[in-house]
Amino acid sequence: MSFPWAKEYTPANPVMKFLDEKLPLPRLVYNAVGAGYPVPRNLNYMWNFGVLAGFFLVLQIVTGVVLAMHYAADATVAFAKVEHIMRDVNWGWLMRYSHANGASFFFVVIYLHIFRGFYYSSYKAPREMVWLLGVVIFLLMMATAFMGYVLPWGQMSFWGAKVITGLFGAIPVVGEPLQVWLLGGFAPDDAALNRFFSLHFLLPFVIAGVVILHIWALHIPGSSNPTGVEVKSESDTVPFHPYYTAKDGFGLGVVLVLFAVMLFFLPNYLGHPDNYIEANPLSTPAHIVPEWYFWPFYAILRAFTMDFILPAKLWGVLAMFAAILIWFFLPWLDRSPVRSGHYRPLFRKFFWFGLIPVMAVLFYCGGAPAEEPYVMLSQLATAYYFLHFLVILPLVSSFEKPEPLPYSITEAVLGSDKKAVLGENTTPAT
Amino acid sequence: MIRPIAILVGLGFSIVVLLAFVTGAYTWATEETQPTAEHEFHIAPHAPEGGFAHDGPLGTWDVAQLQRGYQVYKEVCAACHSLKYVAFRDLAGLGYDEGQIKAEAASYQVPGIDPNTGEATFRPGLPTDYFPSPYPNAVAAAAANNNAIPPDLSLMTKARHHGPEYVYSLLTGYDAIPAELTQEFPDFETPTGLYFNQYFPNLNLAMAPPLTTDGQVTYAEGNPQPTIRQMSADVAAFLTWTAEPKMVERRQTGWPVLGFLIFATILAFFAKKQVWSSATPGRKDD
Ligand code: HEC
Ligand code: HEM
Repeated sequence: MSFPWAKEYTPANPVMKFLDEKLPLPRLVYNAVGAGYPVPRNLNYMWNFGVLAGFFLVLQIVTGVVLAMHYAADATVAFAKVEHIMRDVNWGWLMRYSHANGASFFFVVIYLHIFRGFYYSSYKAPREMVWLLGVVIFLLMMATAFMGYVLPWGQMSFWGAKVITGLFGAIPVVGEPLQVWLLGGFAPDDAALNRFFSLHFLLPFVIAGVVILHIWALHIPGSSNPTGVEVKSESDTVPFHPYYTAKDGFGLGVVLVLFAVMLFFLPNYLGHPDNYIEANPLSTPAHIVPEWYFWPFYAILRAFTMDFILPAKLWGVLAMFAAILIWFFLPWLDRSPVRSGHYRPLFRKFFWFGLIPVMAVLFYCGGAPAEEPYVMLSQLATAYYFLHFLVILPLVSSFEKPEPLPYSITEAVLGSDKKAVLGENTTPAT
Repeated sequence: MIRPIAILVGLGFSIVVLLAFVTGAYTWATEETQPTAEHEFHIAPHAPEGGFAHDGPLGTWDVAQLQRGYQVYKEVCAACHSLKYVAFRDLAGLGYDEGQIKAEAASYQVPGIDPNTGEATFRPGLPTDYFPSPYPNAVAAAAANNNAIPPDLSLMTKARHHGPEYVYSLLTGYDAIPAELTQEFPDFETPTGLYFNQYFPNLNLAMAPPLTTDGQVTYAEGNPQPTIRQMSADVAAFLTWTAEPKMVERRQTGWPVLGFLIFATILAFFAKKQVWSSATPGRKDD
């Protein structure tokens, strides 16, 4: 669907006309990311990250497929194969560093994309399905990245895999058999490495499929915008192409500059030196830490240090998974009729002075050793994290008086909208 | 219905984690943590005077230094440490020509098969061979080194934080136990077969000081004096190269790429301005 004023695709030449009649693929693209998709005219740069995430997904697939041509998932040679890629394969170092840093940039972009959603409540009706599919993508990405990190078979690969799969051992009764079943043995070895490679190759394509659903679901109501006021008329929108293709092009340029700096000058900055030591089941690293993008959830896992009815470890595992799974319920937990945090004074305070610093603390503590004061800090932050989403967010709208909303996007951008009717200015957007 | 459940779940998780916080904080406030010698007397690695030629985004290899470092590796470290990801052909990166590489390779004995009997034996190396391990297997390596296996050095400088500085500091860091340490930790000792070194995480390691006297390695005419510091810096530089022979090539590829991207991004910025200005007369911002 789209707005009634969306431009219709008219094939410019006979070839396109032929194609459009037999298989309307050009039409599909035109309506998805071309001039046929009307988009609110007031999007800010926080709306760039969806397209950027798509870029990094493609980059991961392209570099990953090339790496897979030279890699072998066999515990005796995997580490040496990665070194072979780094030393002997033409441009192998570029492929490998692009893939490793590409994963990090993918997560940076996705985190910004998700936090955009938190601030502007993009998860609210009518975009619940877009949000739910987004959370599915995030979970798939985490699984993919976790298994990818095992492939180079360094010390952190091995011990990270051991710790994370060990979490399943915390589940009562079925835990241990489940862990053995997942790994294909009692510790990560050939069986685990092979299945991780197989799934690491597969999942990105599953992600690509869910991304298509995500965009499909988005195009039914159309994009939201920083005011949270829904599109009312044609003057509220501009066609995606050329307006947002141009804006996304510039955003992509900026991110690629930063990516090139990391890739060519600091390619191991986000990695861990221990992963340049080949996996050794007999030697445990001093500190086992996952990749940086897992740190907030790792901090939550380790915050539960006390048995209370359930064993501490089980609490940690439940909390870690719950920390992401609760995002699925956000559309129904937050019942303020106003979307944008811009017009919600109380919500905005909890966002900037609660959620954001707490996420920063969780990030920091997840990468720090499990010592005091980091454990205490993660405990306080974890408590706030759950209170924020499960208690504050459902209740805050009862105490909050939203600020007046503009009548329309046009009014927000131009200062006035000819169509604005007196008295309608403060109607919340629903 | 979903909101009351959510509130209960939220309170549940936060109460449990806050209980853990209270007990943790109580223990932390009441129990004193014992300081450890490793914690108090470990020293962070530092660079040799003047740093390395390969440091920084514009750094390049100092080929003469890499050659000296290779000589130190070959004459000293190779007695205990392998270099298994480096092939003799890679020495072309140190400025050696084909003939020199062939001769270098042939100066090493690598495992082979007797062409007449099929028995396992040794043969002179070829450029396509990799640096051989000084020990037939890990058990032999451990047996010869007080139960510690000398690690492969190919990736050493990437496998430690501040790797090149760490290797340099470790090799030059075999000093006597400082008096303050013995004062503060009277129980601290270096077991026989281990050696005290404040750059090593637990202060005692199984490697005997490999570089003990100035001039241990004789450098060719025109090179700096082979002091312990000089040899240590040279071998640290060499091990930076073995860990990533493509490092300088990587940076040199990076500059033009970065230049192109910045140029393209500036163009994209003006393109974006142009596109937007034409279509939104009277727009407040941007
Ligand atoms: C007599 C045998 C021997 C020689 C010669 C030797 N090493 Fe070692 N090296 C060892 C042993 C054994 C270890 C393991 C130490 C341990 O883990 O306690 C080691 C460990 C190391 C380490 C790793 C320290 C760490 O952080 O784990 C480095 C780096 C190193 N050696 C560099 C060198 C260099 C460079 C040379 C040549 C200048 C050299 N070694 C010569 C036996 C030797
Ligand atoms: C969602 C997209 C993807 C993410 C987030 C991802 C993430 C990762 C990560 C974090 C690593 C470890 C890098 C390292 O430390 O060296 C890795 C390695 C690897 N990945 Fe991926 N990857 C993705 C897609 C793919 C695809 C599509 C393929 C192949 C078709 C692939 C093939 C590989 C291979 C062969 C390795 C091992 C080589 C290496 O470690 O450099 N990846 N991946």
